[in-house]
Amino acid sequence: MEASLAVDFLGIQMKNPLVLASGILGTSASIMERCAREGAGAVTSKSASPEPRAGHANPVTLAWNGGVINAIGLTNPGCREEVLLLRETHERLKALGVPLFASLFAPTIEAFGEVVRIIAEAEPDLIEINISCPNVGSEFGTPFSATAKSAAEVTAVVRKAVSLPISIKLAPNVPEIGRIARAVVEAGADAITAINTVPAMLIDAYAGKPVLKNATGGLSGAAIKPVALKAVWEIAQMVSVPIIGTGGIRCGLDAAEMIMAGATLVGVGSAVALEGPAVFSRINTELEAFMLQEAYPDLASMRGKALPQNE
Amino acid sequence: MNEKHRFQGGVMRPFRVANILHENESTHTLLLSGRLPKAKAGQFVMAWLPEVGEKPFSIHAKIPLALTICDVGPVSHAMVSLQVQDRVWIRGPLGNGFELKGSKHLLVGGGYGAAPLSFLAQEVFRQGGQALVCLGAKTKADLILVERLKRQGRELRVATEDGSEGRQGLVTELVGEAIDAFQPDCLYACGPTGMLLALADLCKQRSLPAQLSFEALMRCGVGLCGSCELPEDLCLQLGLPGGWLVCHDGPVAMIG
Ligand SMILES: Cc1cc2nc3c(=O)[nH]c(=O)nc-3n(C[C@H](O)[C@H](O)[C@H](O)COP(=O)(O)OP(=O)(O)OC[C@H]3O[C@@H](n4cnc5c(N)ncnc54)[C@H](O)[C@@H]3O)c2cc1C
Ligand SMILES: Cc1cc2nc3c(=O)[nH]c(=O)nc-3n(C[C@H](O)[C@H](O)[C@H](O)COP(=O)(O)O)c2cc1C
Ligand code: FES
Repeated sequence: MEASLAVDFLGIQMKNPLVLASGILGTSASIMERCAREGAGAVTSKSASPEPRAGHANPVTLAWNGGVINAIGLTNPGCREEVLLLRETHERLKALGVPLFASLFAPTIEAFGEVVRIIAEAEPDLIEINISCPNVGSEFGTPFSATAKSAAEVTAVVRKAVSLPISIKLAPNVPEIGRIARAVVEAGADAITAINTVPAMLIDAYAGKPVLKNATGGLSGAAIKPVALKAVWEIAQMVSVPIIGTGGIRCGLDAAEMIMAGATLVGVGSAVALEGPAVFSRINTELEAFMLQEAYPDLASMRGKALPQNE
Repeated sequence: MNEKHRFQGGVMRPFRVANILHENESTHTLLLSGRLPKAKAGQFVMAWLPEVGEKPFSIHAKIPLALTICDVGPVSHAMVSLQVQDRVWIRGPLGNGFELKGSKHLLVGGGYGAAPLSFLAQEVFRQGGQALVCLGAKTKADLILVERLKRQGRELRVATEDGSEGRQGLVTELVGEAIDAFQPDCLYACGPTGMLLALADLCKQRSLPAQLSFEALMRCGVGLCGSCELPEDLCLQLGLPGGWLVCHDGPVAMIG
């Protein structure tokens, strides 16, 4: 018996379902190439914005066994510089047979249309639209992922602007994520990425102050896996487009659970902090071993297994 | 997930300044009221002062935890201005430190790069190995740890660019001679990038393995944000894989 990790995602052939999540090490061609070499099935770049952003001051990130909290503040070189970086990265990843997903965000609905047109010049395999960063609220107000209406409006604008496949990245802190997912799919999204980080903060009792310079940030890693599973499980019951299930994935069993919740691909972010990009090959090995042991010949035989309609 | 993959870093913990050693006009060593018993020479911590900021600093000693800080900007200035009993918050130890190879060790420090070397010299001493320390700085006033290392009985060579102490010139000139005379099994260095690259060349010519501790702009300190990546041309020059992260793969790079 054999177990195959290969997966067809929107017609893109991938060696395995693991995706480097946006904002984790997606800052240069060399580091994205490294993640591809160390076993990522696809690589997502750090979200790019219309203009360059320095991000927030330190402390920006803390990591412990329970998870990670960050308020990096969307540091990036701006979308024009980003296109050059993406082109170079795409060349290198092509040679390795690994697709490139390009993430972007913008402050207004109209600006999303402009940025997506610029990023599309690099012809990435997928464009991921980040409408759910919780760390820039003081600048940009409520994220567009907060309501079905604003999420669908952004989707419609980017759909009209480019023909490349697009995935909309959703936030977990909404009453009905499934309804928002349906609205963005109806507005033209080819895929859904869920979830972004969960709004959170740390306070140091001795300092009597918030720890992050930005005061609040986003929680990720082990602590949010159950939140991510529920979001993906609900979205999978509402839409039929593929889902990039992201949040708290650290081992092969986590990845299997995410696929059983209905995900086609599995995003890995915070776990990179534990052991570096080598995390991808470990999770792949563990996932394959689980599939062999439980007699799943391929990912499709596992996908959505935990959904009510498959009981 | 095995023990190796568990965080040493975690969230920050408060320490108090227990004692302050004035190394030179702009450099203080803070002895803190606590220890990092698992720390290795060459590892670093992130030190946080609320309202000011957070920056990486090499571990100068682990019991008690000590940091040697040179006043060059806002965070380091606030750190050297701390008084006994003031608090500083620490997360770490982080990164990969030096690993002693063989029994004869050549230690090279440029500027405050000397900070982790007295810790390393102690580890050499504990293992019963032999250490020769070479320190370099712009002027006599910029040197640190010279007297302490001497008191500890370490064999020491010094170079200053203006000749105000020891040999006039760059520390790399001392090192070439030291390699030939001392015949070390490995070289360990911490200091400015230019010095490290010159040392890498020297060691390559002489087929001597080197462990070089690099600096970079750090934000997360745990391998997530990408800001501390060593430029790809440097990686190529040093024979390191592309995408090398100072905080996660380093700060100590094993060369040759
Ligand atoms: C792994 C690692 C270990 C480190 N260990 C130590 C240590 O043991 N002791 C220590 O003092 N610092 C150490 N540093 C440097 C330290 O983290 C800060 O970069 C430094 O203190 C400056 O921070 P700042 O906020 O005070 O000033 P910044 O505003 O960051 O810097 C002010 C200006 O000084 C320049 N500058 C930075 N470093 C130096 C320098 N060494 N000499 C001259 N100019 C400089 C900057 O480029 C900038 O222009 C280490 C860095 C790394 C990555
Ligand atoms: C340090 C850090 C930076 C992030 N930056 C971005 C970003 O720029 N764009 C984005 O869409 N998501 C960003 N995220 C969210 C991740 O892509 C991911 O959705 C989230 O962390 C959950 O996955 P994880 O638990 O595997 O980390 C970031 C997360 C972290 C920890
Ligand atoms: S400081 Fe963030 S990756 Fe090294």
